[in-house]
Amino acid sequence: MRNYQAVIIGGGSAGLAAAVTLKQKGIEDILVLEKDGEAGGILNQCIHNGFGLQTFKEQLSGPAYAERFEDQAEQLNVEIKLNTMVTGLNAQRQITYVNPDEGYVTISADAVILAVGCYERSRGAVEIPGERPSGIYTAGQAQRYLNIDGYLVGKKVFILGSGDIGLIMARRMTLEGAKVYGVAELMPYSNGLPRNMKQCLEDFGIPLYLSHTVTKIYGHDRLEGIDIAKVGPDRKPVPGSEIHFDVDTLLLSVGLIPENHLGDEAGIEMDPRTRGPVVDESYMTGIRGIFACGNGLHVHDLVDFVSLQAARAAEGAARYIREGEPEGRTVNTAAGENVLYVVPGKIHTDNVPGHTEFFFRVRKPMDDAVLTVRAGSKVIRTVRKKKLIPSEMERLLLTQKQLTGLEGDLVIEVREN
Amino acid sequence: MYDVVIIGAGITGTMLARDLSRYKLKVALIDKENDIADGATMANSAIVHTGYDPEDGTLKALLNPEGARIYDTLLDDLGCRYRTAGAYIAACGPEEEAHLDVLADRADRRGIPYEWLTGDEARRNEPNLNDQVTKVLNFYTTKIIYPWEVAIACAEVAVGNGVELYLNSPCTGIDKTESGYTVHTPEHDFETKLIVNAAGVCADQINAMVGKPRFEMRPKKGEYFVIDNNVHYVDHIIFPVPSAKGKGVLAVPTVYGNTLIGPNSDYIASTTDTGSSFQGLDYVRTNIVRIMKNAPLNRSIRNFAGLRPSSSVSDFIIEEAADAPGFVNAASIESPGLASAPAVSKYIIENILRDKLEWTENPDAVMTRERPVVMAELSEEERAEMIRKNPLYGRIICRCEQISEGEIVDCIRRPCGAHTVKGVKKRVRPGMGRCQGGFCEPRVLAILARELNISPLDVVLDSKASRILCQENR
Repeated sequence: MRNYQAVIIGGGSAGLAAAVTLKQKGIEDILVLEKDGEAGGILNQCIHNGFGLQTFKEQLSGPAYAERFEDQAEQLNVEIKLNTMVTGLNAQRQITYVNPDEGYVTISADAVILAVGCYERSRGAVEIPGERPSGIYTAGQAQRYLNIDGYLVGKKVFILGSGDIGLIMARRMTLEGAKVYGVAELMPYSNGLPRNMKQCLEDFGIPLYLSHTVTKIYGHDRLEGIDIAKVGPDRKPVPGSEIHFDVDTLLLSVGLIPENHLGDEAGIEMDPRTRGPVVDESYMTGIRGIFACGNGLHVHDLVDFVSLQAARAAEGAARYIREGEPEGRTVNTAAGENVLYVVPGKIHTDNVPGHTEFFFRVRKPMDDAVLTVRAGSKVIRTVRKKKLIPSEMERLLLTQKQLTGLEGDLVIEVREN
Repeated sequence: MYDVVIIGAGITGTMLARDLSRYKLKVALIDKENDIADGATMANSAIVHTGYDPEDGTLKALLNPEGARIYDTLLDDLGCRYRTAGAYIAACGPEEEAHLDVLADRADRRGIPYEWLTGDEARRNEPNLNDQVTKVLNFYTTKIIYPWEVAIACAEVAVGNGVELYLNSPCTGIDKTESGYTVHTPEHDFETKLIVNAAGVCADQINAMVGKPRFEMRPKKGEYFVIDNNVHYVDHIIFPVPSAKGKGVLAVPTVYGNTLIGPNSDYIASTTDTGSSFQGLDYVRTNIVRIMKNAPLNRSIRNFAGLRPSSSVSDFIIEEAADAPGFVNAASIESPGLASAPAVSKYIIENILRDKLEWTENPDAVMTRERPVVMAELSEEERAEMIRKNPLYGRIICRCEQISEGEIVDCIRRPCGAHTVKGVKKRVRPGMGRCQGGFCEPRVLAILARELNISPLDVVLDSKASRILCQENR
């Protein structure tokens, strides 16, 4: 069985960044496995601007952003197998993949980096009652039809969920000549980034219905209409508050879920909150030598952070390949009050090189808040935050000194002042 | 002149079509929908009940046990997937336990095997069984199947033996003629000696075209949750003790590892309303706890509703209409209709059609179907061989269920092949997984357009009017 130093599963933004970093760190014998016919992942269908502000200090389209990494990967002679689906992964880091040229092949690796991305929550997962005609799509599906295949899915559109892809598609479909009647959001606040709320809805006069949901689907063949209704504090529809829209298209932008069936198969411990693997500060999962990054680890707001995090995972993998597992004690991290999740889920308290960065999201919008990091009753750091919103991923650095010798779980919590 | 026109290509109609295709008869199988098995056969609990439930003296009691026995060999003959999962009927307390005795007594008299389990024994096998369950009757030969797969397989066999299949052919009227009937559809008229009405929820409307039906269809809607196949919830089918309202809310494993949780049971006025509702799904949510705990409804990937073809008569109606000789009803085939279907077909031939036609066996008829290639079921060597012969079997289109392009192309090119996105999903399952086609639907659509040599704009989800794309980009 062919053994590689490192195999990266997924050739999207995370996988490409991880591959480039591995090469830069001197890990030469690596392979990227990509299911699609080209690298770049979901960036290929994100033809709008707004990528790369953090990484390249300029506004790039999704394909242009991907190309920067593809070019680097090419210069560094990264081997990428396209049209290649990974069908199996085990705890011994054996990987089975299939493609039309080689059939099924099993290989092994000193380190595996999962960069598998995420999938969109579907209609069934959010329980929209009514008929099941055509004309109902996830926002990403409609985006693919439009930007890759070249077809508009409909002309009279409503969008459920204020996730970023839905907002982007509201603008995109409007520009293509469709009429977008509105966006309904179950929560009393938007789930999209503020800049998308402004540039994709407000600038086009598309109404946002907060605390609303779709309560009925009409049409036996193609979608003919929907009802939306206001929801109460229990998030259940309020009878009598229904508004009807004659639309032929409903887009769903109701959340992204890390794709982790490979991780499950390998027996990797998952975080029920992120739905991705539990990793340490080097992005290693609970299984030695298997690392995770990108939207397959937890869903990011900006691709720049995906690339950044993937590079860190690759650094962790490179160190593991050379030096083996980090030694010493670990403590768990935990999402405290008003915090949805914290990544990494556990950290070594000794021998941690340099700073450790934590990613987390808050559960609700908060103004003038105080963020506290504590271990047991010991407060390690407090930060004042003017504004926190769930759609933005928060980042927090802790120094080696702050993390050394911790007792008890490391808890991040946020309270309004 | 046709010998028989079968109206309705659900499990009843296709099963009969296959059985008739053994003989030198001219048979047409017509359906109003754009695919086989688009009605009740598509949306039910997918169980081959063994036949302990129907009350004595009914057609159901006669045909269900026999149907289940025929399935024992039929499913292999048709190359259909099944699992003998076993059915736990779970009783909570003495009153319900007494009803288990009634079921056991019926099973004894009908030769249906079972075993008794205490609540604790049952919970050892099924840890998610509720603590209130005190006694369980296990009908361990109960099978789970993909009902539409069986109907499609039957249609394939029938068409292979010369039966003519007409989809998108709603019966718009029936005229009496000297030698039989003329069945009108928008595109064809069928002169036929005999008609079998297997039109599901529309059976009374079809009957009314030739006479006065002695029954009225009263469709009962059932709604279900489908749970992700990465959640292992039950191995057996788990029922509460049945009541007058039906078999209750169950947990049913599917042949591909999902779990169905449902159904409710509500009479509705319409024959086309297959929409789910907050109320219906809430009923399922609040009633599954009678026998189960930890129901993983937060891992639901889909919900659906189906219409049971129930009627004003509480039994199957399988008989020649009194006022219309040669017009045979196979109506009110509600639960256990799926399990009974092979016996229903046999009953129609033996008891009703026998004296009305000439029965010459067709020596060329092939009654079996080889199972289509399913890559996931093959050995490593077999898979390698498939990909070497046709590299499309190495290109995965559905990442959730790992379905290859080769399998999708095959299901389109086969007799009675798929020509819709849902048709592909029914046959080889891309879109059945947790992303519900979010990833693979555009790819399946492109394959359909290529294979059928049509514009992507003309590819439909299911019915002819269910287009997916609207226009090319500006």
